[in-house]
Amino acid sequence: MQLDEFFVTGEPLIYAGMVSIALVTISMLFFLTYYKKWGWLWREWLTTVDHKKIGIMYILSALAMLFRGGVDAMMMRTQLAFPNMNFLNAQHYDEIFTTHGTVMIIFMAMPFLIGLMNFVVPLQIGARDVAFPYLNALSFWSFLFGAMLFNISFVIGGSPDAGWTSYTPLAGAAMSPGPGQNFYLLGLQLSGIGTLATGINFMVTILKMRAPKMRMFQMPIFTWSTLITSFIIVFAFPILTVALALMTLDRIFGAQFFTLTGEGMPMMWANLFWMWGHPEVYIVILPAFGIFSEVISAFARKQLFGYKAMVWAIILIAGLSFLVWVHHFFTMGAGAFVNSVFSISTMLIAVPTGVKIFNWLGTLYKSKINNTVAMMWALAFIPSFVIGGVTGVMLGMASADYQFHNTYFLVAHFHYVLIAGTVFACFSGLVFWYPKMFGHKLNERLGKWSFWFFVIGFHVCFFPQYFVGLDGMPRRVFTIIPEWMPLNIISTVGAFGMGVGFAIFVFAILYSYRYSEREKTGDSWDNGRTLEWATPTPVPFYNFATLPHIDSQDAYVKLKQEGKTTFEEDEVEPIHMPSNTGQPFIMMAFMFVSGFGLVFEWMWMAIGGLLAVLVMMIIRSFDYDEGFHVEVDEIKRTERSARRL
Amino acid sequence: MSSHELKTGPLEYRTEEGRLSILGFWIFLGAEIVLFATLFATYAVLFGRTADAPSPGELFEAKTVLIMTFMLLTSSFTCGIAIHEMRRGSVKGLRNWMIVTLILGLGFLGFEIYEFVHYSHEGATLQSSAYWSSFFTLAGTHGLHVTLGIGWVILLLIQLTQRGLTPKTSRKFFVIGLYWHFLDVVWIFIFTSVYLIGMVV
Repeated sequence: MQLDEFFVTGEPLIYAGMVSIALVTISMLFFLTYYKKWGWLWREWLTTVDHKKIGIMYILSALAMLFRGGVDAMMMRTQLAFPNMNFLNAQHYDEIFTTHGTVMIIFMAMPFLIGLMNFVVPLQIGARDVAFPYLNALSFWSFLFGAMLFNISFVIGGSPDAGWTSYTPLAGAAMSPGPGQNFYLLGLQLSGIGTLATGINFMVTILKMRAPKMRMFQMPIFTWSTLITSFIIVFAFPILTVALALMTLDRIFGAQFFTLTGEGMPMMWANLFWMWGHPEVYIVILPAFGIFSEVISAFARKQLFGYKAMVWAIILIAGLSFLVWVHHFFTMGAGAFVNSVFSISTMLIAVPTGVKIFNWLGTLYKSKINNTVAMMWALAFIPSFVIGGVTGVMLGMASADYQFHNTYFLVAHFHYVLIAGTVFACFSGLVFWYPKMFGHKLNERLGKWSFWFFVIGFHVCFFPQYFVGLDGMPRRVFTIIPEWMPLNIISTVGAFGMGVGFAIFVFAILYSYRYSEREKTGDSWDNGRTLEWATPTPVPFYNFATLPHIDSQDAYVKLKQEGKTTFEEDEVEPIHMPSNTGQPFIMMAFMFVSGFGLVFEWMWMAIGGLLAVLVMMIIRSFDYDEGFHVEVDEIKRTERSARRL
Repeated sequence: MSSHELKTGPLEYRTEEGRLSILGFWIFLGAEIVLFATLFATYAVLFGRTADAPSPGELFEAKTVLIMTFMLLTSSFTCGIAIHEMRRGSVKGLRNWMIVTLILGLGFLGFEIYEFVHYSHEGATLQSSAYWSSFFTLAGTHGLHVTLGIGWVILLLIQLTQRGLTPKTSRKFFVIGLYWHFLDVVWIFIFTSVYLIGMVV
C-alpha cells in the first residue's frame, strides 16, 4: 500500500483537519511533559476504576464528539444553503453525513448519557461504586478506542460514506470497496462491547447494591430509567454485534449474507440494523426522560407527579421499542398487513409518552419554579419534544409515510426528538450535576446565553425542514434546487446559531473553572431531593461514609427533615474499595490495534492484536487483587474536611 | 462494597462479590441468548439459499452429528458432577470431573473441525452461498464459544491447584459451569433446527 493510499489526499478541508489534529496532539504532549503531568494522567485517570471519574471522562469525550459531529453538521448546512454550492463535492458530502449521524448517536448521545449515569446512579442509590468497577473502566476504554478508530477514518483510509444506517448492498464490498466501511463496522463493534458491559454492570448495580431498605419503587426516577435502559442495552446490543459481524464477514472474508450474489439478502441488513436501531433510540431517550424528571421535580420543588405512572410508562416504552422496527422501511414492500401491524405498534408508543408529558406538566402545575439554566433546558424540552413526537405519529402512519419517507420531513422529525430530547437533557443534566462533579457551578448568565442561542437556533434550523421536506426535498442530497433555497438558508442560519450556543457553553466551562464560587455544601441547589445531594462536595472517593436507611421516595428530603447525614460518626466502619488498574486501558488499546489491522485487512496485525488481548485476559484471570480497606480514621478525616466540621 | 463473608451456604455465594458476579453472568447469558437467537433467525431466513453449492441434505451425516451431540451432552453432565463435587468440598473430584469435561469438549471440537473441513472439500464454504455463510457462522460461533470455554477451564484448573477451593475459585468454577450448560442448550437447538431439519428438507 502506498502512503497516499493510506492518508486521505486532495481535500483542503481534510488537510486542515490533519493539521489541527497534529497541533492539538503536539500541544497536549507538550503540556503533559512540561508540567510533568504524565504520572498524574496515568494514576488519576487512565488507571482509575472510580465511577465518578469514569463518568467525567465519558462526558468530556462526548463533548469532544459533539464538537466533531457539530462541525460536520455546519459543513453540511453550508453546502446546502444555496443551489449549486461548491463547498463539498458529492463524495465528501456523503462521508460527512455518514460520520455526522454515526458520531452523534453512537459516540456522543450514548456516552454522554452513560457518563451521567456513571456519575449519578451509584450516588442516587447509596452505593460506593458500580458492581464491577474493573468492567466499568473496560467499558469506557472500549468506547473511547472505538470512537478513535471511527474518527481517524477521515484522515487515514477515508471515511465510510453509506449513511449511518450503512444499508447493503451499497455498503457491501462490491459497491464500497476500501477501508471506509470497515472503519464503521469495527469502530462500532469495539465500542459496542463496552456498551453491553455497561448495561450488565448497571443492571446488577441497581438490582443488588441499593442502600439498606431502599425498595425498587423508592428509587429516584433517573435510576429507574437507567435500569430500564440497561435492559434494552442487554437485549438489543447483541443484535448489532451479530449484524456488524455478519457484514464484516461479508466484506473481509467473502461471505454472502447481504450480497447480490450467492443468493444473499440485502434487505436482511435493514431488518437486523433496525431491530437494534429502534431500541437504540430509546436507549438515548429514556435516560433523558429520567434527567428531565429529576430536574423538573428539583426546581419545581415538588415531588414528581405520578411517580408510579412514570415508571410504568418507561417500562411500556421499553417493551414497545422492540416491536416497531419495520416503520423505518415501510416503503421496502413488506405488504399491507405487516405495515399495519407495525404502524399500530408505533402509534401505541405515543400513549405512554403522552402520560409522561402530562406528568411533567402535573409536576409543574402550581409550583414555585426556580428559573435556573438546568430548568430552562427542561422547560424548553416539553413543547419542542411534543412537536417531534406528533410528527413521529404522522410518520408512523404507513400509507402517509410513502410521502414522507426519506424527505427532510423525516430529518426534521428525528432531530426534533433527538436534540430536544437527548441533547437538551445532556445539557440540563450536566448543568444540574456539574457542582457535584467539579465543586463549582457553571456560570448561569453565560448558561442562559448559550441556552437561548441553542434553542432558538434549533427551531430556526429544523422547523423549516418539515416544510422543505413536504416540498419534496429528499435527505442525503448534496445540492439543492432553487425552489428549496429560502427555507434552506433559514435552516443554515439556525445551525450556526446552535454552533454559537455550543461555543458559549464551552466558554462557560472555562470561565466557571476560573471564576465560579466554590461549593460549600453538598446540596448545591438547596432543593436536592435524592441521595446524591446528601454527599459532601467534593464527593469522597468512597461516596458514603455511612449508609442511611431509606424508607421513602425522595430520600434526601426525609434525611434533611430528620437531621441525618451520610456521616453518622459513631457508625463508621472500614470501607472496602477496589484497586486501580491499568489493565482495561492496555487491553482495549490492543483491541484498537487489532481493529485497525482488520480495517486494512492486515491479518498479521489483526491476529497479533487479538492474541495480545487474550494474554491480557489471562493476566486478568490470574489477578487475585482483593482491593483495600479505607480505615475509620481516614474516613473521619476526609468527611470532617469535606463537610467543614 | 462489603467484604463480609458469610459462614454458611454454598462457597461461591458467600461473598457479595461472588453474588454480584453470578447475577452479572446470568445477565450476560441473557445477552448471549439474544446473540444466538439473531444467528438462528439469520439461518432461518437464509435457509435453502444454497445457490450452486450442495444442499445440506447431501452433506449432513447423522452419525458424526450424533457422536458430537452425545459427547457435548455427556460433557454437560460431567460438568454438573464436577460442580456437585465442588459443593461437597472435594478439590480432587472437581478437578477430575472437569478434566473429563475438557476431554469430551475437545472431542466435540475435533469432530466439528473434521466436519467443517469435509464440507469445504465438498464445495460448501463460508463463501459459497448465503445458506452456507449462515451455517458456518452459526455453528462456528458455537464452536468458538466451546474453544474459549476449554481455554478458560484450563486457566481455572491451574488456579485451583494454586489456591484450592476459596469463595473466589469456587465462584469461577460455578460461572464456567453455567457457561458450559448454556453451550449445551444452544447445541440442542443447533442439532434439531440445523442438522435434523437440514437432513430431511
